[in-house]
Amino acid sequence: MALDKVGIAKRIAQELKDGWYVNLGIGIPTLVANYIPQGIEVEFQSENGILGMGPFPFEGEEDADLINAGKQTITATKGAVFFDSAMSFAMIRGQHVQLTVLGAMEVSQNGDIANWKIPGKMVKGMGGAMDLVASADNIIVAMMHSNKAGESKILKQCTLPLTGVGCVKKVVTELAVMEIKDGKFHLIERAPGVSVEEIISKTEGELVVPDNVPEMVL
Amino acid sequence: MNKVVSNVSEALKGIEDNMTLMVGGFGLCGIPENSIAELVKLGVKNLTCISNNAGVDDFGLGLLLQQKQVKKMISSYVGENDEFERQMLSGELEVDLIPQGSLAERCRAGGAGIPAFFTPAGYGTEVAEGKEVRVFNGKPHILESALEADFAIVKAWKGDTEGNLVYKATARNFNPMMAMAGKITIAEVEELVPAGELDPNQIHTPGIFVQRIFQGEKFEKRIEQRTVRSK
Repeated sequence: MALDKVGIAKRIAQELKDGWYVNLGIGIPTLVANYIPQGIEVEFQSENGILGMGPFPFEGEEDADLINAGKQTITATKGAVFFDSAMSFAMIRGQHVQLTVLGAMEVSQNGDIANWKIPGKMVKGMGGAMDLVASADNIIVAMMHSNKAGESKILKQCTLPLTGVGCVKKVVTELAVMEIKDGKFHLIERAPGVSVEEIISKTEGELVVPDNVPEMVL
Repeated sequence: MNKVVSNVSEALKGIEDNMTLMVGGFGLCGIPENSIAELVKLGVKNLTCISNNAGVDDFGLGLLLQQKQVKKMISSYVGENDEFERQMLSGELEVDLIPQGSLAERCRAGGAGIPAFFTPAGYGTEVAEGKEVRVFNGKPHILESALEADFAIVKAWKGDTEGNLVYKATARNFNPMMAMAGKITIAEVEELVPAGELDPNQIHTPGIFVQRIFQGEKFEKRIEQRTVRSK
């Protein structure tokens, strides 16, 4: 069965490594913080100016001055630190953040990503996404395999305005985990109960499929 | 040097039509809400506003948009404001969208005497159109220029009579860089204290960047996305 959003977040959480500083984007990526593997320590950076982002506050303890980049009320962990936006992006551009997880509308087989604009329809802006994808070494995209009309979002070439070029290393969807290298998607794992055929049929970009594609273990 | 002005109307003196304003804040967090309310009252028009976001429909810079006081917005993310999206898609409002880190650095550069800098952010996208590209360490970068403003309006938690500022938590965001980049910088604070009361070791924005400071009358501090967990 295809994963839900929580399933995607759980699978991405398995990529976390001890000692990493991690930036989580808005939406599914935010959920990753709930499933940190036992025995490892990671610290979450939010680009609006906090390192050491904690869980949502208890009701009645919300602080309007303490939010994440999605404008949600949050808490700060012990040892957290606040800083300004220039400092925050110095951490990001300077590659002091080890992993970036963000959402996308489209990704292409050479690692391009589009997630900020649909011409004539929707313009939300890129926020920090362009800085993040241009700088991070390790970028995982959390997204749905197809749009609501059933069209693949895993493409040969993006059709929407780009956020970054050749930057995405790994994509986790409700169906599959794919790596991007040598200008192709490589199928690494499939969601429990999802067939390789289904993934192939929903992937427009070039997909390399090994003989044995293990199921994700969540 | 005493920077204190008695109220918001005195603080905003000299702001006129067609000017460029920097307005601090991230979402509704750390915005100079007393000054924004006063700008609505003043009715100044054709403003160019440099601010990470554009507020929501009925708060923050959204209030200026409702009154059609803004000619151009320079921002990184504007997704929380329906009126903004309507004015932008209909062409009434000019919009320059800039990657968030580039926006922050362009403000900092403006205040720090750095006319331009190279950044990898936006390379290969429409943000790079018309900009010089140069390769450093095998990686392409684009040239971004500094931003300055006729007035920068920032919001701090505490300030002293010298204009020294301390911000609280993530309400710091764009305020420190914008404070540096205003020809005249106005600081709106929750608590104004005499010089000497703030610990010099803990000050975030040195008073040299601030020309006018006042204590805001009231702060609503609206929360955009109230998210909680149960006990």
